[in-house]
Amino acid sequence: MQNSSSGPGHFVAQLDDTPLAAVDSVDESEKARSSFADAWDAMRGRPMFWISLVMIALILVVAAFPNLFTQTKPNLGCLLPDSNGGPEAGHPFGFTRQGCDIYSRVIFGAQASVTVGILATVLVTVFGGIIGALAGFYGGFLDAVVSRIGDIFFAIPTVLGAIVLMSVLPTRTPVTVALVLALFAWPQIARIMRGSVVAAKNADYVTASIALGVSRFRILVRHVVPNAIAPVIVVATTSLGTFIVAEATLSFLGIGLPPDVMSWGNDIGQARASIATAPMVLFYPAAALSLTVLSFLVLGDVVRDALDPKARARR
Amino acid sequence: MFRYIGLRLLQLIPVFFGATLLIYFMVFSLPGDPIAALFGERPPPQSVIDTIREQYHLNDPFIVQYLYYVGGILTGDLGTTYSGRPVSDLLGQAFPITFRLAMLALFFEAVAGIAVGLIAGLRKGKFFDASALVVSLLLISVPTFVVGFILQYVFSIQLGLFRTTVGPGAPIQDLILPAIVLATVSFAYIVRLTRASVADNMQADFVRTATAKGLTRGRVVRVHILRNSLIPVVTFLGVDIGSLMVGAIVTEGIFNINGVGGTVYQAIKRGEGPTVVSFVAVMVIIYMLANLLVDLLYAALDPRIRYAK
Amino acid sequence: MKIRRIGIGALALAAASTLVLAGCSSSESPASTSSSSSIITTNGSEPQNPLIPTNTTETGGGKIATSIFAGLVSYDADGAIENDVAQSIESDDKQLWTVTLKDDQKFSDGSAVTAKSFVDAWNWGANPKNAQGAAYFFDNIEGFSAEEGADVPELSGLKVVDDKTFTVQLSAPEADWTQRLGYTAYMPLPESAYDDMDAFGENPIGNGPYMIDGADGWQHDVQIALVTNPEYNGVRKPVNGGLTIKFYTTLDAAYADVQGGNLDVLDQIPDTAFETYESEFGDRAVNQPAAIFQSITIPQYLPHWTGEEGALRRAAISQAINRDEITKVLFQGTRTPATDFTSPVIKGYSDSLKGADVLKFNPDEAKKLWAQADAIAPYGDTVFDIAYNSDGPHQAWVDAATQSIANTLGIKAQGKPYATFAEALADRDADKLTGATRSGWQADYPSLYNFLAPNYQTGAGSNYEGYSSPEFDKLLEEGSTATDVDSATAKFQEAQEVLLKDLPAIPLWYQNVNGVSSESVSNVVFGWDSVPLYFQITKN
Repeated sequence: MQNSSSGPGHFVAQLDDTPLAAVDSVDESEKARSSFADAWDAMRGRPMFWISLVMIALILVVAAFPNLFTQTKPNLGCLLPDSNGGPEAGHPFGFTRQGCDIYSRVIFGAQASVTVGILATVLVTVFGGIIGALAGFYGGFLDAVVSRIGDIFFAIPTVLGAIVLMSVLPTRTPVTVALVLALFAWPQIARIMRGSVVAAKNADYVTASIALGVSRFRILVRHVVPNAIAPVIVVATTSLGTFIVAEATLSFLGIGLPPDVMSWGNDIGQARASIATAPMVLFYPAAALSLTVLSFLVLGDVVRDALDPKARARR
Repeated sequence: MFRYIGLRLLQLIPVFFGATLLIYFMVFSLPGDPIAALFGERPPPQSVIDTIREQYHLNDPFIVQYLYYVGGILTGDLGTTYSGRPVSDLLGQAFPITFRLAMLALFFEAVAGIAVGLIAGLRKGKFFDASALVVSLLLISVPTFVVGFILQYVFSIQLGLFRTTVGPGAPIQDLILPAIVLATVSFAYIVRLTRASVADNMQADFVRTATAKGLTRGRVVRVHILRNSLIPVVTFLGVDIGSLMVGAIVTEGIFNINGVGGTVYQAIKRGEGPTVVSFVAVMVIIYMLANLLVDLLYAALDPRIRYAK
Repeated sequence: MKIRRIGIGALALAAASTLVLAGCSSSESPASTSSSSSIITTNGSEPQNPLIPTNTTETGGGKIATSIFAGLVSYDADGAIENDVAQSIESDDKQLWTVTLKDDQKFSDGSAVTAKSFVDAWNWGANPKNAQGAAYFFDNIEGFSAEEGADVPELSGLKVVDDKTFTVQLSAPEADWTQRLGYTAYMPLPESAYDDMDAFGENPIGNGPYMIDGADGWQHDVQIALVTNPEYNGVRKPVNGGLTIKFYTTLDAAYADVQGGNLDVLDQIPDTAFETYESEFGDRAVNQPAAIFQSITIPQYLPHWTGEEGALRRAAISQAINRDEITKVLFQGTRTPATDFTSPVIKGYSDSLKGADVLKFNPDEAKKLWAQADAIAPYGDTVFDIAYNSDGPHQAWVDAATQSIANTLGIKAQGKPYATFAEALADRDADKLTGATRSGWQADYPSLYNFLAPNYQTGAGSNYEGYSSPEFDKLLEEGSTATDVDSATAKFQEAQEVLLKDLPAIPLWYQNVNGVSSESVSNVVFGWDSVPLYFQITKN
């Protein structure tokens, strides 16, 4: 193994060959650009960025104001004779097994599902990301403690944690469900971040920054994290969808949302009984879920490209 | 290197006690009386319930119950289930089957995921990339019970290619289909991760250098792009071992596999402390070993990372 | 590369362990190949306890226990009793019973089944010290005690007369006492059992039509292999070579196995197949009422649900639930709307009890009664909830029932899921329900009394919601102590008419037995208890 610290000294020109004065003269008239400003410049020229942003905005509007999109009250007036019925006037998607209007349930289900998905993802990414970055960068005792705590949390069966926590919590809302999911999922992101940081911190530019006397923490934030964040964004945007599905599993087991809170996950779980005879009941909530995940995946892709210094340099 | 491994193995001890204490407390906090529930809606005389509770030390305070459990472990006794079976029997029965299933799933998701992710990353924005995106989306948003149901119906019942459920002894050929079902969601993650890393590294300086040196494209891809793209993928696989083992409840149900996920789930529902704690303790150890392995792989994949302190 | 090496290593490891397992199974196969072609396979679940008859109260262990043990009587398909080990069971006063055994009855190890085999087994099962789950089945025999930890080695009511005769003194007369004697709790045990009962439970020796196939017959969590017991000469003589009960944790897996030809007989259908199983299996599908009664119970301790107001509201709720529609649409005809508190397969069942109209969907009457109750005290915005344990298949019908109630009465109604059965039971037990709860009963033995006494008698074990009616208690008492079965039935029906007025539970429907069998077997007939009569199934 080549030891990098033994130094590529022979690559460096002899001191007296170097026109030091020219190197030292830096044009300071222009303001230093932050990497985020660079990222913004990179993103706004890409159509996919705007398309995904519009999609996400639309999904958020549906989640916040479902009444704008349907006049049907999704939980009232469901009639069993309509069970698994096909589309008809006023009910474009047909009916669920309980005879409820699928279209309005998909619209009203957005709120809980999007809340659970986004909140759990943000919690996991921020918390897991910070922990993983610190553990990977500083290593040693901190790494050992944090990683082992992560091992324990990840080994706790989510079902067990959810039953205990949900029976302790006074109310069950999308927020509590997101908290429970995040509590047992953060070690995954932490591990990914840690791995990425461990790889990135040995890069030449980090060595260079240390040599320049930049503070360790500043190196981590300014140089290591932007270079290490790519896999975290990929996993986080993908997790968004799995969190929404996980809510379904919890609700199905009776430890998720109460039955009067509509969610895509819950409807997907309920559609299980009719997959053989009425697959469309499953299709619509699953399609809504796919569309949401797709929007975030594409946005994540664009943001990742823009934040990553390597990718930007080549454009 | 060996000192590093030794230190990591030493960490097992505090983690084991911390984890068992925490899990035992959680099982202790489960609502309801597990013994009363054993009899369903036909309660026996209270005296019967009390006698059994006494037998399993359930009337003692939490910490006393935990010490009984730890004391048992030190003498090689992991306790029994409420039906009187030794927990060690359950461990010996469930873990080998689950281990085989998880390894098979890991193999499928790693091979297929990295291959698809690599091609998608090399041809970013092209048709193959878009198709891979659509397939990953499908696998994420369609729940496992649907994927499992459909694959079982098509491949086992209609085409007769596999046995419908896993037979006694869980032979490897019966586990192929369940492993594929189990691998689906993680496959989507690995495709996305590999694709992102590969696309990223395609633009790195060392790839340009390697191409400029006149290396063949195949060699550039294998040696320079893929190898440097694997760190996040390997990390994910390491974390995923555990999810595959304990999170297979639905898959195990569809294919009638007596694995870890189902056993733990049933034990949680029964409020059976010794079973849950013993299984989770083994899981924690597996996690730690898997993560140690992953950390060692980092050094192999990237020569700049070393642990020779 | 590195990944691949791990993968191949794992495969090699897995393949090696497969070989080891395969080695095991091939070494034991010669012993059982002789009759394996006529072995019937069916579904079941791992017994909750070692197979000690007095501790086997759940269906998983029950269907094995009744196959490897034979009691004094057994049940035919309609639930009528036939003498199995008994020659006769007689009584003049219906209180002191004399039991005579048939000649030449043996356990599978060759030891004789004697009067002592029964008396000792019953004494052991009833002894509080042994904490047996079915101990209370002996509570009507004189000398029974439920005192905690007490050691009562012998019931004073049981007396061995000679090798083939014993007497049973009940604490009160009971006309249909013999009806219960086919239940698992009443099976005999061989002498050797008492040395180490736990070890016996792991490898029980019985006197039934089948016996466990050697020491490895019971593979925990996988299956139990039974072969015919050559010593058995009772009324359930098997026409097949044996019975392998495979353990499933989900019905979907078991159903897939019947479809895929890996299972011969399945005695329950998953809800995913309700719509398709009859068209798929044709005349190899069974759908008939069974001895399973399902209801919702509204506790007596809740405000708005006591006195006259409570009676009006219960009647309104009952008539607001469209049972016909739910059983037809949601259950696809796999449930039968209830007309009483028992089951159509039980002798003495009636679909025309006085007051049974309250079990019919009648929205106008429901609204009227609800309004009358509101005149006493307005119900307001309180949510009417139905508690259920979501680890069972209850959500769909609870949602449909609450929807039916909400649509009819214009109130807010919804399900209230509990994660586990234990949690739901704890709230029922502690009187902490906030509304109705799902309830129900699967009969232990075919008798009206078994449906009524445990659930509605004052202070009875399963009467969690605290119903108490002196009138009902009196009629039940008169029925159980009647000296002939017909007058007992009349009293039990009268008692149910009291229940129809009070509605301590609101009957919903009877769960049918839904079974399917593969083309490789014939003569699959289901018993009153939803379990196929295994002994008469033939392999084609």
